[in-house]
Amino acid sequence: MNSFPATNLIVTAIFILCLATMAAGALLAVLTSKLMRSVCGLVVCCIGLAGLYYFLHSPFLALMEILIYVGAVCVMFVFAVMLAEPDEPANEEKPGAVVVWGGIALGAAGGIFWGLTRLGARTPWPAPETLSQSGSVEAIGISLLTTYSLAFELISLALLVAIIGALAIARTGRRRA
Amino acid sequence: MNSGPLYDRLDVYLVAAAFLLAVGIYGLIRRRTLIGMLISGELIFAAASLNVMAFNRFTVHDQAVGQVFVLFILGLAAAEVSIALSIIVAVYRNYRSVKTKELSELSG
Repeated sequence: MNSFPATNLIVTAIFILCLATMAAGALLAVLTSKLMRSVCGLVVCCIGLAGLYYFLHSPFLALMEILIYVGAVCVMFVFAVMLAEPDEPANEEKPGAVVVWGGIALGAAGGIFWGLTRLGARTPWPAPETLSQSGSVEAIGISLLTTYSLAFELISLALLVAIIGALAIARTGRRRA
Repeated sequence: MNSGPLYDRLDVYLVAAAFLLAVGIYGLIRRRTLIGMLISGELIFAAASLNVMAFNRFTVHDQAVGQVFVLFILGLAAAEVSIALSIIVAVYRNYRSVKTKELSELSG
């Protein structure tokens, strides 16, 4: 299987590339002042995340991530940006408030990151005895239609209600204007 | 489990998910428009999905469970985004703004 030279090195490099893509996309989504660039950052982040799903032995979810997030959710964001406001407003806060709120936000984010990283690295997570069940698309389909069929139907109902609700909300606004 | 190549270690994925969550919360606090806050919320959803997938891959016997769970998260996130965006568009029609500071009628 490992006949190709330096396979491990190449796979690790691709993995680091996926991680970097995800991190850069997330930072871009949060830090830019133009909302359209922020949406593009979300797209980049989701592509990196799809790569990570692939490394987690789930090519089906990688495909779904790209299909749903990049293909549907981000396009919806683009429509909303076009219909509403294209830019993050100019900063009208006083310099002191910027420092205080930026410090609070940075402190909260840094504290959460530090705490979760410590927790994840220190805890001895138990390994299962066997990993016999494969996560193939066939297995996912069977469990969707047997064990999780009720949740599956409820999700479809939630999506239907969401579509009708979105139509109703957007439509009443239009009639008034 | 915490040895071997980089892409086969649970803690790497946990750190990545924690980073996504931290970035999302930073954006949720600092963003001043509704759409920007919604994008940060999507990052938090992504962090939750990555966490679930990582634990599914490394600590669970049945590999299909986590994938089904993440599929449900994806579906619910799509529904939530469609509703939230339609509310944002309706708010923009009423107020001509999506800045969170200007969406207040009762403040003195």
